[in-house]
Order: sequence, then C-alpha cells, then structure tokens
Amino acid sequence: MVVLKDETASIRSSDDIVRVRRIVREWAVSLGFSLVDQTKVVTAASELARNVIDYGGGGDFRIEALNNDARRGLRLTFSDQGPGIVDLEQAMKDGFTTGGGLGLGLGGAKRLVNEFLIDSKPGRGTTVVIVRWKNL
Amino acid sequence: MERIPILKMGRFLLVTIQVDMHDRLAMTLQEDLTDRIVKDHAHGVLLDISSLEIVDSFIGRMIGHIAGVSRVLDAETVVVGMRPAVAITLVELGMTLDGVSTALNVDTGMAMLSASLEEREKLNGGSQR
Amino acid sequence: MTEQQSKVAQLLRKNERDVLQQWLSYQISATTMRADLIKESDLREQSRRFLQLFTAVVQQNGDDENTGSWKSVKDMLNEVSRSRVAQGFSPSETATFVFSLKQPMFDMLRREIRDVEELCREIWATTALLDKLGLYTTEAYLHSRESIISRQQQELMELSTPVVQLWDNVLALPLIGTLDSERTQVVMENLLEKVVETGASIAIIDITGVPTVDTLVAQHLLKTVAAARLMGADCIISGIRPQIAQTIVHLGINLADIITKATLADAFAIALQRTGAKVTRLSGKR
Repeated sequence: MVVLKDETASIRSSDDIVRVRRIVREWAVSLGFSLVDQTKVVTAASELARNVIDYGGGGDFRIEALNNDARRGLRLTFSDQGPGIVDLEQAMKDGFTTGGGLGLGLGGAKRLVNEFLIDSKPGRGTTVVIVRWKNL
Repeated sequence: MERIPILKMGRFLLVTIQVDMHDRLAMTLQEDLTDRIVKDHAHGVLLDISSLEIVDSFIGRMIGHIAGVSRVLDAETVVVGMRPAVAITLVELGMTLDGVSTALNVDTGMAMLSASLEEREKLNGGSQR
Repeated sequence: MTEQQSKVAQLLRKNERDVLQQWLSYQISATTMRADLIKESDLREQSRRFLQLFTAVVQQNGDDENTGSWKSVKDMLNEVSRSRVAQGFSPSETATFVFSLKQPMFDMLRREIRDVEELCREIWATTALLDKLGLYTTEAYLHSRESIISRQQQELMELSTPVVQLWDNVLALPLIGTLDSERTQVVMENLLEKVVETGASIAIIDITGVPTVDTLVAQHLLKTVAAARLMGADCIISGIRPQIAQTIVHLGINLADIITKATLADAFAIALQRTGAKVTRLSGKR
C-alpha cells in the first residue's frame, strides 16, 4: 500500500471543523468518490473533528490519499491528548437523540466508513483512524 | 457579524441555510429564530436545507432543537429540501429526526404548514391571531 | 549484488538487438501466439519497450518495487495486460509475453559469461526477476478483467431498473432479478434522486420480480425508506411474495411503520388516495 500524498492540520476551534470538512471534500472529489461516498466520509470527519474539540480539548488531523493495488482511498487520523475514553465499548454504542446530544457519534461514524480504528486510554488521549475506499 | 436571514412569509417564517455553518452561526440562528417566532406571532417555520451538502449530528441536533422550541411556542417546523446523499448519510449515522416534519420543497412545505395550521384552528374553534 | 546486476544490464544493452530478435521469434513461433489478435509490428514495439524497461530494472535491482524503474515496468505491463484483455487473449497467452524472454536471456548469458558459478547465479537471478514480472502480468490481467466485468455489471444495473412515474407525485420502482448489496445501493440512490427531480411524494418499490431477499438487501430497502421519509416522501413496498414475507419475519426484520401491499395495483390505489387523486369509471363502459 502506498501513501500518495498527505496533509495535516490542527483542530482547535469549531472553525477548524468547517476547514476539515472542506479539505476532506476536496480530496474526496479529486479521488473520484461518488457523491454519496463523499458525503459519508466528510460527515464522518465532521463528527470526529467535533469530538476532538468537545472531548479532546483540541488536537490534530491528518489526511492521506492511499493507493492499494489500484484501489484508491482516503485515510483520516484524528488525535488528541485529552482525558481519553474510559469505556470504549459503551462509547461506540449509539446514544444520541435529536435534542440531547448524548453519545460520541462514534458508532455512527464507524458505519459511514470502511475501516475504523480507535485507540484510547484514560490519561493517554484518543486517536481515531478511518479509511474510506473508492468503490471501483 | 454574519447572520442567517429569516423571512416572514404570511404567518410563517422561512429560513434558508446556504452556508456551511460553524457553531456560532448555528447558535445565533437558534436565538434569532426563537425571538422572531414570538415577535412575528409566527405559526410555522420552514427550514430550507436544500443547499446543505453536509448535515452532521450537530446540525441534526440543531434542527431537532429548533423544532422543539418552536413547538413550545405553538409554531410547527417543517424541514425542506434535504438532499438524497444527506438523507442516506443521516440514516447511516442513526439520526432519525423524530418529531421533525419534512417536505420535499418550499411549496409542499408551505402547504403542509397551512394545512396543519387550519387543523389547529378548527380544533381551537376559530382563527388564531 | 548490485554490481553483478549492472553487469547483466551492460550485457543486455550490448546484446539488445540480438535478444530482441530472438525473443520476438520465440513469441511468434510459440503456440500461444495469436497472430489473429495482434499485429507483428505492435508486438515488436511492445517487446522493444519492455526490454528497455527490463534493462533498467535489472540495473537497479533491490530498489523499492513501487517506485522508479519498477514502477515504469509495472505500468507498462498494466498497459499490455489491459490491451490483451480487450483483444481477447487468455491469461497464459498474456503472461507468455514475459516468460518467453527467459530463453533468449539464458542463451545470451551462456554466450557472455565463462565462469560457471557466475553463470548459475545470473541465470537464477534472471529467472526470479522474470517470474516476478510474469506473475505481475497475470495479476494485472485479472484486475483488468474484473474492472471490465464490474463496469458491465454497472451498465446492466442501470438499464434494468428504471424509475417510472405512474402519476403526479407517484413514482414506481419495479425491481427485477437478484439484488446484491451494491446493486441495491445504486438503485436506491437513483430512486431518491428521481424523487427530488419529480417532486413525488410517494415512491412504490415493487419487488414482485425479486426471487430472494437477504438481510443485507432488506436493510438497504429499509434505509431507503427511512432516507425518503427524511426527505419528505413516503415509500410503499409492494409485491412481497409469501416466501419473502417468511424470510423477512424469520430474519426478524421490522417493517412496523412501512406500508406494504401485496400487489403494485393495491399500492398504486393507496398512493392515489394519499396524494388526493381519484380514479372514476366513466358510465356506460364496463
């Protein structure tokens, strides 16, 4: 697998969430993702970027364009040095309502992408890596 | 500072969201809308999201919040123009937007609000101011 | 190791014309040569180009196999495989392009290298290299074949599931044939697009022509109904045959708040009613 190109950005405020969305959208378009796939990966990125701010106290974002044997994809990494997640299993469960805002949206974001990896320990921060492949 | 415009259309308010909203803008919208519903004695809110390419859980919650607050103020909210890609993504995200009425476009949405208002007035035995 | 490799590269450059000639005559006389599918002049050109790129790879053996001279030769093999697939060659016929280079290479090495030990080493290294490239050619061939098949499937999908406007505000999507996950997604996205285009408030999804429905497909159907509802349109699912009904219950799929009708006709009647239309029979006609 080859990384064709990559870019990083820091996520400090809600303006950065908009910026992350824009970057992911541009890259998804240039890789030739279908409209629905674009929307899914941008939305997932929005959810995870928001988590970095809401729960991580700010953090970093990296985007990479991948080429795996003629299959193109996008890999996004969201990392923060926040308090970390105590109960990962619980966190992955859907818990939001339209009014409440409960739940981290992790379960939802996971359903929007092809690969989802999370590494989080209390006191060690959180890193989430997602991959969305372009449907050939 | 930038604000999302709110138009009065008869007894309803029309809000057209055309930009990729950041959090402050969304908060301001909620506040402005609440004020206007009261000030204009509005009986319905049309939220036009036909320009939105992305609706994440934050925007989804904002929509739900607007619908809830409006209902308390005796105004019904109808969300119109959701794009297919957005709808498909919201379903995957698990956001059902229960309690939020939706319509395909401003016209149908308007018709829906009018019909619903008529119903409410009939039940209350007469016109509402 | 690199020094010896560049020695072979030198030898190759020195003997390029002879090796190319020999290689070509092997290819042309091989039983896998398809003179009906490829012109000799094209074959000559491809062989010449490959030999040059091969020489560059031999020169730089040991490098990362995804960059530089490796990438160039792989790109070329991709091209060759793609065109061979399109021309109708079989996988072995295509791989012969690379493998048939072995004999001329061995012949040249035998002529040029006196020392037996060295000769064995070089023949082995050359074999290993050509094997790698030959296998790569076969994989590239398979990739090309697969992408052609999937493109054709796509086209077939689009042709076989048109969305029909039955009346004002009422769309119908008669699904025919086996639904797989990918096809279902495409079809459903298409339906939602049509809903926006036509402003229809009701979409009837008819599955009379679908022999089986598995969990994945059922989930896609449900997601489409949910998405349509979020957009402001309602869906009716019609044509559920007894077996499918049993499968749905058996799989524990909940169709609670979705309208389902046995036939498309029933669904149409409901749709008309809900959109405020009515069908009346003219008096005097049966």
